[in-house]
Amino acid sequence: MAKFKIIEKTGVTVKLLESPHKKVNNTSRFEDFAKHIEKFPGGEVLITTVENLFAWARAKSPWDLTFGLACCAIELMHTHGPVFDAERIGAILRATPRQSDVMVVAGTVTIKMAPRLRRLYEQMADPKWVIALGSCAISGDHYRNVYSVVPGVDQIVPVDVYVPGCPPTPEGLINAFMQLAEIIDKEWKQRMGVKK
Amino acid sequence: MNLEKFGVQVDDSTGTLYHIFEAPRIREIASELKENGFDYLSFVTAIDRKEFLEVVYLFINMDTSEKIFLKTRIPSDDPRIPTIADIYPGANWLEREAYDLLGVIFEGHPDLRRILLPPDYEGHPLRKDFPIHMEYEPYRSGDWLVNHQNVPPAKRKKE
Repeated sequence: MAKFKIIEKTGVTVKLLESPHKKVNNTSRFEDFAKHIEKFPGGEVLITTVENLFAWARAKSPWDLTFGLACCAIELMHTHGPVFDAERIGAILRATPRQSDVMVVAGTVTIKMAPRLRRLYEQMADPKWVIALGSCAISGDHYRNVYSVVPGVDQIVPVDVYVPGCPPTPEGLINAFMQLAEIIDKEWKQRMGVKK
Repeated sequence: MNLEKFGVQVDDSTGTLYHIFEAPRIREIASELKENGFDYLSFVTAIDRKEFLEVVYLFINMDTSEKIFLKTRIPSDDPRIPTIADIYPGANWLEREAYDLLGVIFEGHPDLRRILLPPDYEGHPLRKDFPIHMEYEPYRSGDWLVNHQNVPPAKRKKE
């Protein structure tokens, strides 16, 4: 996602990350600015907008909540295990909602679990996203009309990415994390009025 | 194990040996079994036969591997049977489960509440007359839990 404009003047390398505002993209403004920044040996100066930097950080570190409800949780464990190693794309399992960005709803949501799931979602700090993993979390699947099952987790929390399958493969979940990175990228661009 | 003195009849027409008993006498029978080495209550459950409810117990003697199936019939509209939770403590949750899913009322149970379904759930879903397409609003805010923790008041024995 990152495109740099590289300015090399006055002995300092300035990398300018793309910005939606034309004024900011006026590179000459930063040449003077770069002079006043203390230069470390081999160091570079990166100039960007806060929105862009935060979106980049969020997209590259979707820490997810350890939240297994049924057999899809096994695939969640595979994804974070040594073979598939989701930490490559920044996804780390966290044990508390306070430290999580993404809630992966892995499995069948029952009516009794629903308020607890909602509370965990409310405890997560903004910004937050939800991945519905598996057909049970998407629609209830073959438990749809069972007396104790919620027909789809999107009745309780807003879902950003749906991963179909019964259960989905770990590759599917990794793909969902990459989809989520694109969504996060789009979100800030829409907010900043970037047309792409 | 001879249970004839409690009016128990033996039925092996289905291939399994069932002891059919009268519902009010379950406490006498359970006490007798407990004294005679049947130390393990495997399950307590119920079956909806439309005209009546059938309550089934399985007692096991862990030393001799002897098993006793006990079965009784109770009316669907007034399903009452004495509890054995004080004789076999393991029956406590099993009876709560049978109450939760089939509505069997175990008289004298220390804490007869729902165990699997949420506390404000209506009806007993394993009954045959329970509608398949139930109407239940699953959305509950997180604050709903504050008033519906379903936690019993703390009771601890003072020694």
